[in-house]
Formats: sequence, C-alpha cells, structure tokens
Amino acid sequence: MGIVSPGFQGRRRTGGPALPPGQYLTDDFPVLSAGPTPKVPLDTWEFVLSTEAGAEFRWTWPELTGLPQETPTVDIHCVTRWSKLGTRWQGVSLDTLLDGVDTAARYALAHSYGGYTTNLPLDDLRGGRAWVVHTYEDGPLPAEHGGPARLLVPHLYFWKSAKWVHGIRLLVDDQPGFWETAGYHDYGDPWREQRYQGD
Amino acid sequence: MTATTTVAGLASWRVARLVQRRTETPTAQTLILHVPGWPGHLPGQHVDVRLTAEDGYQAARSYSLAGPADGDRIALTVQRVPDGEVSSYLIDVYAEGYPVEVRGPLGGWFVWRPTESAPVLLVAGGSGVVPLMAMIRARRAAGSRVPFRLIYSVRTPADVCYADELRRRARDDQGLDVAYVYTREVPEGWRGEPHRIGLADVNTHGWPPELEPLCYVCGPTGFVETVADLLVGLGHANRRIRTERFGPTG
Amino acid sequence: MTEMSYLDGNMLDGPLRELFAVDLSAATGRCQSCGTVAPMAGLHVYSHAPGLVARCPTCTQVMLRLVRTPDRAWLDLRGATFLAVPMPLDGPVTR
Repeated sequence: MGIVSPGFQGRRRTGGPALPPGQYLTDDFPVLSAGPTPKVPLDTWEFVLSTEAGAEFRWTWPELTGLPQETPTVDIHCVTRWSKLGTRWQGVSLDTLLDGVDTAARYALAHSYGGYTTNLPLDDLRGGRAWVVHTYEDGPLPAEHGGPARLLVPHLYFWKSAKWVHGIRLLVDDQPGFWETAGYHDYGDPWREQRYQGD
Repeated sequence: MTATTTVAGLASWRVARLVQRRTETPTAQTLILHVPGWPGHLPGQHVDVRLTAEDGYQAARSYSLAGPADGDRIALTVQRVPDGEVSSYLIDVYAEGYPVEVRGPLGGWFVWRPTESAPVLLVAGGSGVVPLMAMIRARRAAGSRVPFRLIYSVRTPADVCYADELRRRARDDQGLDVAYVYTREVPEGWRGEPHRIGLADVNTHGWPPELEPLCYVCGPTGFVETVADLLVGLGHANRRIRTERFGPTG
Repeated sequence: MTEMSYLDGNMLDGPLRELFAVDLSAATGRCQSCGTVAPMAGLHVYSHAPGLVARCPTCTQVMLRLVRTPDRAWLDLRGATFLAVPMPLDGPVTR
C-alpha cells in the first residue's frame, strides 16, 4: 500500500447487499474498449453458431430480430469495479439459438467483429442466463456499447458479454479469449470475485 | 547518471509534497511539488501521480511536467475533469505539505532537447499546452535560439493557460511566435470568427515543410488526429511529427 | 468516446517501468501483422479497458497487452516481431 493522501476517497466505493465484493455502484454507463469501434452494416451483419463437428447455423439481422424476443432486466458487473443495476435489454435467448443444435461441446468461445474473443462454459449460455441483445433501454444498442448486437451474460463479469458479437464457436476443450490469455479469470464469477487467473 | 540510479530512480514511486499552487484558469491549477531526490527531466516528459485512500484504494493518472525542474521542485498543471476523482482531489482538497506519490520522469519520445537545431512548431489543444509550455520555458532557460512557433487552440479567452507569461515571452523571448485559435468565443476586437483549427491556421502560423521543422502536437485525441493529418497533408514527414494524446480520465 | 478513445504509446512508459529498466516508449517495434516499423510511442493505446491494449497505428492489430493484477504483471508482445531499444553507449568512446 502506498502513502495515504489525506482526504482522498476516490470514487464512492460503498458496497451494498446487491453488489458483489469490491464493486461500486454507478448510474452512468462507462464505455470500455480494447480497440476501435467496428462499423457493422445491418445488411451484412450475421451471427454464426458453429459446432465442434463443423456444423454452422447462421442468422441474418432480419432472421435474428424475427426470432422470439425476451426483455431481461439485469444487474451488470464490470471487472474494473463498477456495477450498474436494473439495466433493460431486448434480444434473443441463447436457449433459442442453441435449440436443436446437436453438440457434445462443453465450452464456447464468443467472437466479435473487430477480433475480440471471450470463453465461457456452454452451460452458462443455457438456462435463460444469456442473450444476444440488440436493444438497450428502449433504443437500438449504441455502437460504443456493442451495437448492432452484443452478448449479455450478466451473471459473469461484463467482459464475458462480448460487444459487437459475430458468433459463438462450440468447443470440446476450453480456449481462453482475449483477456483470459492476459491474466483474467477463465470463468469470472463476480460474487466469488474471480477477477484474475488464480482467484 | 549510472544505470543503477536510473533503475531505482525511475521505476519507483517517490513521495511528493505540495509547496505552492497557482490558479491558471477557472479550471486549471499549477501545483509546485517538492520531490526529494528528483533526477531532473526533459521538456515534454510526464509523471504518473498516485493517490492512496485510507482503505487502500488507489488511483493513478499521468500529468505533464509544466517546466524545467527547479532542483527538487517540479511543476504540474492539472486540468479539472468533470467527475475526475484525481483532478478534483488535486484541485479541491490537496493542501500544502500533503503527500502524493509520483513516478518519473516518463516518456522519452515526446521531448524536445535544447541541443536540437531544427525550427519547432508546437500545436496545443486546450490543456495540451502544458508539455509544450515546458519546451518554451526550457528553450529560454537554455538560451536556445531555435525559432519556435506555438499555435494554441482554446475554447474562449478565459481558457488560456499561462496567458500573461505567453504574452510576455512572445514579446521578450526572441524567435518565439504565439498564435491563438478560439473555438467558441473570441476576444473583443479579434478579427475572425470562432472556429476549429484548420488548414489555414496551420499553414499561416506553422513552418513550411521545406524547413524540416520538428512538430509537437498535444491535445485531446480528435484534435491531435486532425492536426497530424493537416501536417501530413501539407507535406511534413511523419517522423517529424510527434504527438501526445490525452484522454478524459481525471 | 468511440474510435477516438485511444492515447499515444508515450503513456506506456510508466506502467512498463515497473517491469523494465529502460524507456520502452522510446523503442521501435515491428508489427507482426502488417510489418510497420514505428516508435512504440506512436502506438494507439486503449486504456479504458481491463488492461492496456496497444495497437499498430497502421493496421490496428494488437502489438502489446499489459494487465496488472495485484501480484503479477501480464505482458503479451506476440503482435510485435521485435523491439529495438535505444541504449547508452557501452563503455568509453574513443575518437
């Protein structure tokens, strides 16, 4: 620990019953970005689900938005320690997208326009806990927050909710993604404070 | 300086205490810090400043050094960032004698050495003037005769940092020209409208590329992008253009 | 704050000084992806992120990543084929 500067408190870090350990509450929506914001025209956008056997399932923008829609209201927790409560989204459940997909894979690697990747256990994409969302608080998802569409997996740290999502590869073996190969946790449960490898 | 002192000196955090503060604009202040054992620095370099709260929470930000070191004393100019946890502490709470930690000097690329002989163009956007002011001050301190031109883009006349000193130096420091671009509001009697910096400003107040000037551009990312593109468009070589972008972290 | 949200590689000097005794921002690096050779100080650094991501100014591919955890620094340089670091002359120079 460094030398204390008298009177320095920093951002409000009051936790609460609704907040995972080490998080602070924010009302705004910070923009985090590891690269330039990709521009993805809707007429060429697609979402690709591929299995370990090489099968591919593709959805264009009209096809995705034509699927049954859900409107989750969820709390989100960023590993940079901000949490935002009660965010409202609209999109398609991964249960819907995975329905009828024949796979023995246990892992998933989400990949994005712009090259970002992040890994998750496939189970965490099932059971009404993960969505591909295109609407945030009644408006189209802004590009800086991952539009046209992003993954939303709110029970894990928010870096798992890949912005500008382009597809998901189902894998037999776990394959660490962009931050997971640079020291961040493979699973990333905010309630167990799994920020870094070894946590 | 031996290699060992360099390692120990630059990599580690040193305790710095506030000696004095000066108001530059309604939103910017210069802090004079006492840093025992300060190894000296080049104009254009920066330091990281780290604050630690009682509960161990830490926040660090980079600040440009505003002028040559005066022995163990260094000057930083801090621009208030809305909701910035570090800048608001340094401007509102930080008092004489209070400690912070500093690491540096840092950054060996965006620097001007008084031994250079090429003409220099400095282009500042807002508080991006700080490291460029350090170069202007170092030029005078070294008795350099290298011709300097500063183009300084600000929102309004009240946002001009170091206003009196720049006026005095433009008059007394031979070979220093200062030109202003106002983006929101111009001074009384000013000829011209508020505008964002453009080709005419850089062409009129800069150097022709044939003179092979060194160009230093510092400001917000969008500003630096614009000016660097203008300079390249005018024929300045990429390797003669040095940039320092700063972000909205406060 | 969209594509304009990066900083210059100059800012890497502080964080990298925790690991190296020299100023790597003054070093020259070669992009593994497009072959551009440029000063590290000229990289585009995205710092509003869980770590620092430095990208090639020409092709935007990642050249360097640095993540600082409480007890470790993770440095990934796979996007850079070399770093040429300026060093002080070794020993006395005779003319």
